[in-house]
Amino acid sequence: MRIECCYCGVRSSEEFSYLGDATVARPENPGGKTEDDAVRRRWHDYVYLRDNPAGPHRELWQHVSGCRAWLVVTRNTRTHEIVGVEAARDVALARGK
Amino acid sequence: MRYSLLALVGQALRGNTGWKPVWRDADLKPAYDVIIVGGGGHGLATAFYLAKEHGITNVAVLEKSWLGSGNVGRNTTIIRSNYLLPGNIPFYEWSMKLWERLEQELNYNAMISQRGVLNLYHSDAQRDAYARRGNAMRLHGVDADLLDRDQVRSFAPHLDYDNARFPIQGGLLQRRGGTVRHDAVAWGYARGADQRGVDIVQNCEVTGIRTEGGRVVGVDTSRGYVRAGKVGLACAGNSSRVAALAGLRLPIESHVLQAFVSEAIKPLIHSVITFGAGHFYISQSDKGGLVFGGDIDGYNSYAQRGNLPTIEDVCESGMALMPMLGRLRLLRSWGGLMDMSMDGSPIIDKTPVENLYLNAGWCYGGFKATPASGWCFAHTIARDEPHPLNAAFRLNRFATGHIIDEKGMGAQPNLH
Repeated sequence: MRIECCYCGVRSSEEFSYLGDATVARPENPGGKTEDDAVRRRWHDYVYLRDNPAGPHRELWQHVSGCRAWLVVTRNTRTHEIVGVEAARDVALARGK
Repeated sequence: MRYSLLALVGQALRGNTGWKPVWRDADLKPAYDVIIVGGGGHGLATAFYLAKEHGITNVAVLEKSWLGSGNVGRNTTIIRSNYLLPGNIPFYEWSMKLWERLEQELNYNAMISQRGVLNLYHSDAQRDAYARRGNAMRLHGVDADLLDRDQVRSFAPHLDYDNARFPIQGGLLQRRGGTVRHDAVAWGYARGADQRGVDIVQNCEVTGIRTEGGRVVGVDTSRGYVRAGKVGLACAGNSSRVAALAGLRLPIESHVLQAFVSEAIKPLIHSVITFGAGHFYISQSDKGGLVFGGDIDGYNSYAQRGNLPTIEDVCESGMALMPMLGRLRLLRSWGGLMDMSMDGSPIIDKTPVENLYLNAGWCYGGFKATPASGWCFAHTIARDEPHPLNAAFRLNRFATGHIIDEKGMGAQPNLH
C-alpha cells in the first residue's frame, strides 16, 4: 500500500501509523456531567463502537516517519485502494473545530 | 459410518469404494429452532454441542461460502491455555480439556498433538511477567513450567542463543499446548452435528435478520426466508456486517492477519515456539513445512490478504530467533479476517435483540478457543443465559467497565 501524503507525496505505508476510524467525533461534554446516562452512553459509543464498514472507510493515519502530519485517508477496506487523502487539520477546520 | 481400524481394513479390501460423504448436503427447511450464521469452527462446534449437550437438533448452520472457508482454515493451528486474567484462564483451560477428548468424542482424527508451547523471554522484566503468568495459570490448575536458559537450550537447541540484542534468557512452557489439523476440526464438528440431525447448508448467505417487536423471527438468505426461534451469529471477521443487519453496532474492527508456510523440510521444530522480543510464533506441520505468523497488518481490512511490510517484519523476527530460516523458501502466505475487539477479548453473549445471540471478537485467538466457544455459545443459546465460563465475555462490559485487556493496550484494536 502507498499513501500520497498531502505534504510529502507518495510514500510507502510503512512510514505511516494507523489510528482508526476518522468519523467518530469526541462528544461535547458541557458541564462535565459524566454521571448522566445519556452523556455516558455518548462517551461509550465514541470510545468503543465502530461502523467497521466493508468498502470505503475514512481513517486517521499519521506520517510518523515523515512530516508527522495527521491525515484523513479514504480507503476501500475490501481492496486496500486509496481513493482520497486530506490533511486532518483541514477536515477538522471544515467541521468547525 | 463409524471410523475404526476395522472400517479402514474393510474399505481397503473393497478398494475404498464404500466411503460415504462426511456430512449431508442438506436442503434448507422453512423453519428451525436455532439458526447458526457461519459454518466455521465456532459455528459448527456450537451446532454440535447444541445437539449433544442440550438435545436441540432442529438446527441449521448457514455458511455463505464453503464449509470452513474462513478463519478455521487460515490460522497457524496452535492450541494453548496460557492466559493471565481470571475471566480468560478457566475458559481457555476448558477449551484445552475439550481438545484433549475431542477425537474420541467426534470419532474423527484431528491430529491433535500436545507437543508443547514455549514462550521465550529475553529480559529480566519479561521473565517476571512470565513467572506471574505461569503462577496465575497454576493457581487455576493449568500446567506451566518456567524454564531457564539451559533448560530452553536442551529443549530447543537450534535457536540463536548468541543474539546480542535479544538474548534468550528462558521461557514459559505449557507442555499440554500444541497443534491440531485445523480443517479436520471443521469437518469433524460438521460430521458430528450432521449425525445428530443438524442441517449444514453451504453457499447460503444471510442477507437480512427479521425482527418483530424487538425479537428475532427469522433470517433472509440468498436461498430465501427461513423462520427461526433463535439466531446465533458466529461469523467472526464479518461480525460487524452481520450484526448491523439487526441494527447492532459492535465494539469491533475487522483486521487482516497473515500466516506463512515454508517448503517442507525434515523434522526440525518439535513444539510451538514464540519469540518474545517481537511477535513471532512457529511450529512444523506433519508434512514438514514450517508454519509461522506474527502481528496483524494494523489497519481495517476485509480483503483476506495483507501487504509486504508485515511479511518483512514477520520474517525479520523469525531470523532473529532462528537465522537458519533465511535458507528456506517461503511456499505460501495468506490472510484471514480478524474480529479485533476493543479490549482484545471475545464476546459470547445475548444481545439487546431478543433471541439473537453473538459469538464474536476473537481477535487472533479464535482457533484454540473453538471447542469451548461452541460449548459455551450452545449453553448461552439453549439456556438463554451465559455459562459461568463465558460470564466475563459480556457485550456490555465496555459500558460497565469490566473489560478484559490481557495486553493492557486500551481501546485500540490494532494493538491487541
